[in-house]
Amino acid sequence: MMATIQRLGRRGCDVTEGLGRATLMLAQSAIGVPSVEGLRLWLRQMHFVGVMSLAIVLVSGLFIGMVLGLQGYTLLVDFGAEEALGQMVALSLLRELAPVVAALLFAGRAGSALTAEIGLMKATEQLTSMEMIGVDPLRRIVAPRLWAGFVALPLLTIGFGVIGIWGGELVGVKWLGVFEGSYWGNMQASVGFADDVLNGLIKSLVFAVVVTWIAVYQGYALLPTSEGIARATTRTVVHASLAVLGLDFVLTALMFGGLS
Amino acid sequence: MKRSKTMELGVGLFMLAGILGLLFLALRVSGLSLEPPADDFRLEANFANIGGLKSRARVTMAGVTVGRVESVELDPEWYDARVVLTLDDELEASLPEDTTAAILTSGLLGEQYVGLSVGGAPEMLADGDRIRDTQSALVLEELIQQFVSNMAKE
Repeated sequence: MMATIQRLGRRGCDVTEGLGRATLMLAQSAIGVPSVEGLRLWLRQMHFVGVMSLAIVLVSGLFIGMVLGLQGYTLLVDFGAEEALGQMVALSLLRELAPVVAALLFAGRAGSALTAEIGLMKATEQLTSMEMIGVDPLRRIVAPRLWAGFVALPLLTIGFGVIGIWGGELVGVKWLGVFEGSYWGNMQASVGFADDVLNGLIKSLVFAVVVTWIAVYQGYALLPTSEGIARATTRTVVHASLAVLGLDFVLTALMFGGLS
Repeated sequence: MKRSKTMELGVGLFMLAGILGLLFLALRVSGLSLEPPADDFRLEANFANIGGLKSRARVTMAGVTVGRVESVELDPEWYDARVVLTLDDELEASLPEDTTAAILTSGLLGEQYVGLSVGGAPEMLADGDRIRDTQSALVLEELIQQFVSNMAKE
């Protein structure tokens, strides 16, 4: 009985300690004056995290837009309201699907790689050697990766939304014959820039911070063995996905739930 | 760093694509206009029942969008709805005084909008004037009620 309670307490302490360490890491690495060298490192990470994720994000966006067009059309045509297809595709993409699906793909594509990379650096004691020669690994390794993630995911989300709306047009207008004018016209009448586009971007910025933070911290704090790297990589994807989906509900309730 | 130039180019293109995408979402999808908001030409109209009209709804004339609904509120004096319309300023002083406003529905389930139709009076409406002749929204329940009570009479 006592042992169980003690185990529970130890678990709680571990979680709290981890949270504290992660916050400290975020504060020490992400906040600071960028140097030219730091900018170059950031650029390199942007290439890896952003440009290299572009293909998977755009292809998924296209297919999700096309599916939305198809499903929306078959749903709406029963009510004779297929003109509303544009607003349905655009609103569901901008408010929900683009931020969430892009963040999930980002966690799988870039987050796991970040964890594995930093984890291997730690396992091969590169991080310790850096400290030995007086280079702060938080500034040199962690900070560029964090900032690259913060910038790249919102950009990827925009790309997802744009190509998804185009995919919806491809299926709805070009294939199924919804009138092009009503597709775009209804969309423009119902989508607000601040309400929908900016709120979607705020969502994706929050997801970017959470996903990159989890990925980098898992790499930075893992057990430096091959098994530890494997576990940390899995944990990154699982924790990041759960955090994104859970936060999405909270953010949606705050932004669109009529709580104000 | 060997392929630094191509890498920089790639990242630059990526960010440019993101910014262009945001521009596309703003201009094409949400219909945001880059032009500064034209000088306002406001008209008021009181309706007995606005149905489901919301602010930001279209104001049309002969089917062409000429403005938006700015606000909808209850007029505590008459207990009807006061709707403020913002119109293109080129229409200022070119709408006759007896212009009528009606709340219409686009399609069976579409959104509601305000349709203006021009009268023939010599005086023109100025900024802040009130449209006197208005036609309320068609409320389906009222129609059905009327229909049923007519049926009962027969």
